[in-house]
This record gives sequence, structure tokens and C-alpha cells, in this order.
Amino acid sequence: MASIFDILGPVMVGPSSSHTAGAVRIGLIGRQLFGKQPKKAVVYLHGSFAATGKGHGTDKALIAGLLGMKPDDLRIPDSFEIAKEMGMDFLIEPKELRDAHPNTARIMMEAEDGKTLELQAYSIGGGRIRVSMLDGMEVNFSGETNTLIVRNQDQPGCITDVSTVLNLCGINIATMQVFRAKRGGSAVMVVETDQVVPKSAIEMLEGRQGIMKVTFLNVSEKE
Amino acid sequence: MSYQSMEEAYARCEKEGIEFWKAVQLEDAEERDIKLDDSWKQMKGMWQAMLDSIDTYDPALMSRSGLVGKEGGIMEEYLAKGDTLCGDFMAKVMANALKMGCNNACMKRIVAAPTAGACGVLPAVLVTFYREYDVPEEKMVEAMYVAAGVGQIIAARAYLAGASGGCQAEVGSGSGMAAAAICHVKGGSKEQLGHACAMALKNLMGLVCDPVGGLVEVPCVKRNVGGAVNAMAAADMALAGIVSQIPVDQVIDAMKEVGDRMDVSLKETGVGGVAGSLRAQEVVKKIF
Repeated sequence: MASIFDILGPVMVGPSSSHTAGAVRIGLIGRQLFGKQPKKAVVYLHGSFAATGKGHGTDKALIAGLLGMKPDDLRIPDSFEIAKEMGMDFLIEPKELRDAHPNTARIMMEAEDGKTLELQAYSIGGGRIRVSMLDGMEVNFSGETNTLIVRNQDQPGCITDVSTVLNLCGINIATMQVFRAKRGGSAVMVVETDQVVPKSAIEMLEGRQGIMKVTFLNVSEKE
Repeated sequence: MSYQSMEEAYARCEKEGIEFWKAVQLEDAEERDIKLDDSWKQMKGMWQAMLDSIDTYDPALMSRSGLVGKEGGIMEEYLAKGDTLCGDFMAKVMANALKMGCNNACMKRIVAAPTAGACGVLPAVLVTFYREYDVPEEKMVEAMYVAAGVGQIIAARAYLAGASGGCQAEVGSGSGMAAAAICHVKGGSKEQLGHACAMALKNLMGLVCDPVGGLVEVPCVKRNVGGAVNAMAAADMALAGIVSQIPVDQVIDAMKEVGDRMDVSLKETGVGGVAGSLRAQEVVKKIF
């Protein structure tokens, strides 16, 4: 849901809310979902991002976001040099992505310990974005509110487990979406919450039968 | 949930006997579960950021491509001679729109309203008026709520990105928001600010997004002037008592339809419109 401060705002470094500020947000949400600065990032730019990204600083903005910068950070134009200093390797390439929105980026992140995350997101203007794919699974969320992402086996009880744990922690579910690749296969739950999901709840979920990976996007967290 | 139509916002105003801006503020506080006072402080911060941004303008700076940067200064020199066609106040509106557009192209800090490409329209109208006339700052913050509320409804029914709906969605929406906002400052009713918005949107309907080289420079910087002047004209029409024969919600829906039908070459791809002109191609060759 667009807050009025997504309409008036963000206060940002130019020149484009969709191609600069939105791109910073995509990188930043990637980093927040990953939980740390990646050691290596491969970025694909699609559509208008590929065609006009360079002139808008889309490439620099995505890298700035991966480094934890916000859209009003005056260091955005220098993000490539800063990435070098901070030890993050990156590769940026134009790539035609199937059925993707014109302002789409796909980011593949890798950590030193081998942990990976692949995220695809698109910029819808005014600095707002939507995440459309996570580790190859179709999803749809804005990253504007706290979001819990659970990768699980498509089997009975997983949704109950998640709602029970959240209930125990006094967390209200704002929205909930479930997606699956095929019956009995890999599935994903995207749960937007009104409160922050504590680490203990995430650990509890990770131990449950059928749950493979739990990620939490904490938007109240100060970098 | 935020308002999905101007009609819905009007209905709340009537039910609770409140002004349009108040309905927007109440909804913001309720949706985000914050105090009214905190919402106000945040909006006042946005207003202050707009004032600050205009003042950071430097006529000596040029964008990386060298296409824009000095236009705000040129306009200011011209208006200082006191012999403009549009009159002193309108010339100041134009100068401020240019300054903000140039600031954005030069990677300075700006306030997207609703987008960075259209960031000059709203401050050109509101800040110029505020500095020219003796208006309490509270009134201007109220006007910011009006602009934000209108923008939110456009976002819900249509879109705000040039890549999605063309420039009508960016400068067009900015112009509609500014028309409604300045109408409120001048004491217009909620219906009048709706008419002002509708007329501003209609005048810019179909506007394509055709940036040369894909950069937010040409024709974007000057289009902010078009959006600001159009907003003033639409607000004056509404304040005069002229109405939009098509209700504002339906105008927004029509803008969406036009945007959906617009060819992709005219949606921020840097291909069609003036971006496809011979001169643009020469410029692009030089830059990249």
C-alpha cells in the first residue's frame, strides 16, 4: 500500500525515482533479505533498466543499495569505487528476462560461506518497487513493511505452523500469500506483519518439519 | 486502506465535517498507526526539504551530459529585467521549476513529487506562492497533504511512472497534485480542488515520456515548467467556478487507459518522440 510519503518523497538523489531511487531500494532490499553484504553480486538489467540504466545511474544505484546505502545517500554516484574498497565483487549485464516488467533487475548474491540468494524485482515509480521472484519462485511484495518469507515443502501443516508461531509471539499478520511450483513440490509463503518477528520465532520456524529456509525483512531496523 | 477514489475521500469529509487535507492526514495516521502530530512533523519535513532543495541550485553546474543545468539562472536573469510576457509571479514559478529540474539532473538531493522527473512542478507552485505572499506555513503543509492525497488516488487507479504510463503519469500527475494543492491554499472547496486536478490532468493527457538518451534532462527539465504553469491555470479556472465536466476519478481512469495504449517506444525507453529525433541521435553519439 502506497503511503502518502511514497507519493511526496522520497527525499532522494536524482535523477530518476524509478531508475535511481527505485534501483537503490532493490539493492537495499536484496541486502536486507540476504542479511549481510554479499561477497559477490551478479546483476542483470532488463527492459528500460537495460536501455537507459547507464544514463540514470541505475547500475551505480543497485550497487549502492547492496552496500546498504539509502536513496538520499550523496555517495551513490561513487558506489563502484566504494564497493571495491568494501570488498564486494560485482558484474552488471543487460539481459532479456521473460515476462518481466520493463524496469526489472535480477540480483544473484553470494556470501563467503557459500550462502546464496537470487532476487528479481521491478521499480514502479516514485521510488517504490515490487519483488517478483525469490530463488526462482514467483512472489509479489513491496518490501515497505516487515515481511517474513518462508520456503517450505508443499505439505499439510506448514501454514498452520507459521501462523501458530506468529500468534505465540503476539504478531499480527497484515497480508499473507502462498505460492508453489507444483503440488507437493517447493513452496513459498510471503507474510507481511505489523510487528517485528523476533529471532527466536525465526529459529523456531527453521526447526519445523517441511520448512527449509526462513528470511525476514525488517524495515524498522536501522542500518 | 488508503482512499481508492476522490469520491471516497469526499464522502469522509462530508461525514465528519472535515477538510480534504484533514481526511488525508487522518488516513495516514490510522494506516500507519502513528499520532497525527507525527504525521504532521513528517510532512513539514518534506516541505522543508523542498524549500532547501530550491536554495541549493547553482547556475554554474551542468549535468553530466552537459545538456542542462544553467536554465534556472537564465530565467532568473530575464525576469529581473521586469519585462516578461507571463508577468513577474508566473516567471518566478517558471524559474523555480527549472531550478528543481536542473538540481535533479545534476544529482542533487530533491523531493520526488510524485517522481524525480516531475520534482519541479509542486515546489514551483507552492514555494513560489509561499515566498511571494504572506501565507502561514501551516497552510502550505496542509497543501502538501492535499497534493499527497490526490497523488495517492492517482497511484491507486492509474500510475506515476513514465515507464508505465508516459509523462502524463509523471508531470501530468504532478500538475494535477499541484493544481489541487494551490487551490486549497487559495481557499478552494474540496470539489474545486478536484476540478482543478481533473482539468490539469486532462490538459496533459497523452503526454509521452521521450527522454533524449534516456536521461532525465531533455525534455524533462522544461516540462516541469509546463506542468507548473498548467497547474496554476487549472487552479485559477476552478477558483473562477469553472468545472470539469468529467469527474476527476474518471479522468484518472482515462489517463490509465491512454497510458496502457501508449506504445512502449514512448514510455521512457529513449526511443520515440524527441528522443528519436536526428538531433537527439547526434547528442547521444557524443555522450555515450
